[in-house]
Amino acid sequence: MGRGGSRAAPAAAAPPWHALPDEVWEHAFSFLPAASDRGAAAGACRSWLRAERRSRRRLSVANCYAASPQDAVERFPAVRAAEVKGKPHFADFGLVPHAWGAAAAPWVAAAADGWPLLEELSFKRMVVTDECLEMIAASFRNFQVLRLVSCEGFSTAGLAAIAAGCRNLRELDLQENEIEDCSIHWLSLFPESFTSLVTLNFSCLEGDVNINVLERLVTRCRNLKTLKLNNSIPLDKLASLLRKAPQIVELGTGKFSADYHPDLFAKLEAAFAGCKSLRRLSGAWDSVPDYLPAFYCVCEGLTSLNLSYATIRGPELIKFISRCKNLQLLWVMDLIEDHGLAAVASSCNKLQELRVFPSDPFDPAGQVSLTERGLVDVSASCPMLESVLYFCRRMTNEALITIAKNRPNFTCFRLCIIEPHTPDYITHQPLDAGFSAIVESCKGLTRFSVSGLLTDRVFKSIGAHADRLEMLSIAFAGNSDLGLHYILSGCKSLKKLEIRDCPFGDKPLLANAAKLETMRSLWMSSCSLTLGACRQLARKMPRLSVEVMNDSERACPLDSLTDESPVDKLYVYRTIAGPRSDTPSCVQIV
Amino acid sequence: MEATVDYMKAAEADNLLATELRLGLPGTSNDDHKATPPCTPRGKKRTAFDAAEDAAVEEVTNKHDDVEAAPPVAKAQVVGWPPVRSYRKSCFQQQQAKQISKPTSNNKEEAAAAPAPASNAATPSFVKVSMDGAPYLRKVDLRMYKGYRELREALEAMFVSSNNGGAANLSEFAVTYEDKDGDLMLVGDVPFEMFAGTCKKLRIMKRSEATGLGSPRQI
Repeated sequence: MGRGGSRAAPAAAAPPWHALPDEVWEHAFSFLPAASDRGAAAGACRSWLRAERRSRRRLSVANCYAASPQDAVERFPAVRAAEVKGKPHFADFGLVPHAWGAAAAPWVAAAADGWPLLEELSFKRMVVTDECLEMIAASFRNFQVLRLVSCEGFSTAGLAAIAAGCRNLRELDLQENEIEDCSIHWLSLFPESFTSLVTLNFSCLEGDVNINVLERLVTRCRNLKTLKLNNSIPLDKLASLLRKAPQIVELGTGKFSADYHPDLFAKLEAAFAGCKSLRRLSGAWDSVPDYLPAFYCVCEGLTSLNLSYATIRGPELIKFISRCKNLQLLWVMDLIEDHGLAAVASSCNKLQELRVFPSDPFDPAGQVSLTERGLVDVSASCPMLESVLYFCRRMTNEALITIAKNRPNFTCFRLCIIEPHTPDYITHQPLDAGFSAIVESCKGLTRFSVSGLLTDRVFKSIGAHADRLEMLSIAFAGNSDLGLHYILSGCKSLKKLEIRDCPFGDKPLLANAAKLETMRSLWMSSCSLTLGACRQLARKMPRLSVEVMNDSERACPLDSLTDESPVDKLYVYRTIAGPRSDTPSCVQIV
Repeated sequence: MEATVDYMKAAEADNLLATELRLGLPGTSNDDHKATPPCTPRGKKRTAFDAAEDAAVEEVTNKHDDVEAAPPVAKAQVVGWPPVRSYRKSCFQQQQAKQISKPTSNNKEEAAAAPAPASNAATPSFVKVSMDGAPYLRKVDLRMYKGYRELREALEAMFVSSNNGGAANLSEFAVTYEDKDGDLMLVGDVPFEMFAGTCKKLRIMKRSEATGLGSPRQI
């Protein structure tokens, strides 16, 4: 395309490529699915910039404060699907002050104004109010997909507005949100004529739903593929729901526990037998394993199994998982223990992603026998394993080196040794060698979380070898400023860095100030930073927003504090929108 | 850029190891003043001037014999560690520890020491508040109030001003709560701190329904 000018034949026949009309380029760019490719194309020249931005359909705003909603809407007027993310990742663990910000309202308002044809909206870690949901329902006539992940601030009243107002809704996906229960029967507000639902996920909702209404909804939505229930749906109702929706591909069972009754077992077994398309299964399963065999008929077809809320242990669990020979994704509790993971290793050779969560994270003794052994076995036998999140209580360098050798194809490696500063339990050495082996071997590593006893040496390796690393999480590690310096002066592709409780101070931050503008964000809490350094950083780098947070108890104005004052929490991010105006009193922009 | 150059020189210095600051574990003998758990924010203690002193004093012992036996009793909960989502924790604990109830939390801040009775004063403790006749419920954070008077004023502000058909104040209503055993109790009998620790949800009911719960120290 557009190469006519370089041929020797009559040059007048084809226009020079840079004079082709925008529509041609817009069509070309529609073949570039990745936002980064489109971004690169937009940077080539003005006409491509114009063509690309005017035809961009999907927009992902990874930091809601990096640009203003008005800027986004003006620059990309044709957007049909937008995703906006708010709070820093450590908000998941309670480290970010509650009222920090990330309100969705300005985004909804700007979208209502500038993107009337918007079809999809996704918010992650943001504060979404009922008013936002009401505005969404009222403003976009062809609204189809609403996805809220780890959000808060809304209630079932907002859901009612969505149900009543979005006539073409295809997906309502609520993942791990805090939803206020106003005892409103929001499900009943989907009109009888409404049949377009493909995804319905209300697993995070506490409180009851009207089962009869749900059954009628499921019956009339013949295209329903994903149904994730909450804890209020009893087992016998689950069976009848499944009979109404045998075409289901993804099922979240909600609470799966009841006293054993042969009738109920038979009903469930028959219902599951009818679900020939079921591929993904999740649920909060209590420790009654007697009903597990009811699932056996679907095991073979399962590609994704999320038992991370299931408190089952023992041989029944292992028997169940061993039948799932085609699993690609497995999330479990550490109740599976090493011998369970050994069974997974031998049965589930297509496994790509494994997450093992702690059943009792605050128990210092650790009753559960899950160690480095389990991870070594799985990494040895599952050739396609590329993503791991693993909580355990002990580790050795040797195990990590073995894992690194077995699986150079890791893209995401997150190991959390529960007790901070835990060394190699056999040699009592820091775990530098082990984690270094991972970065040296896994050239495609994009996400990395380290833990245990670590010195600056591991950061030297990471800085030098982790060329594709985009996100790094560090806690209770390192000896000195050097550790941070190694990271910031290396790690060519680093986008997000989050650090807590490490002895890193002002010097590496200031020495690598320019690096911060190439990254999306930096979080540092309980390190050794002073206010003076933050002030200097803010002065030096006007396109960074430098936010300082101290104890919520004392919200004293920054001006009165000296340069030597320690900074408890620092959040730095690049932005073209200037300092935000919605900070609570415990957050100050330097 | 001079700062960077200095850094690289420091890195190449071979006495690096000698000046490296190592962290000892709680329970090891060198650590008397560091027996406080890792959650002590180092940012508040260490400045550049202290670091040199610390380096001289602290020396890691490679014989961490007591690694596994470090007494857990002395440790306080570290906020946000291990990095488990509070959503996940509360779901699991509801399944596991049905007899130990936690006040439901309306935000994502870590609740310290979930099953242990010693609770962190800074942790918010949201409980649902229902009022007879009101269309929807509210939530209050019990930790925000120093005593019954403040709580009563807050409840009045929430329910009485918004409830158009209702009373001018709470005198026509009895404020009751459900404690962790599931019993319906009258608010005001026990010290406020104790109440805040055991209250699962609040219910404001008409006095006519509250017969039998009367006591001289009602709120």
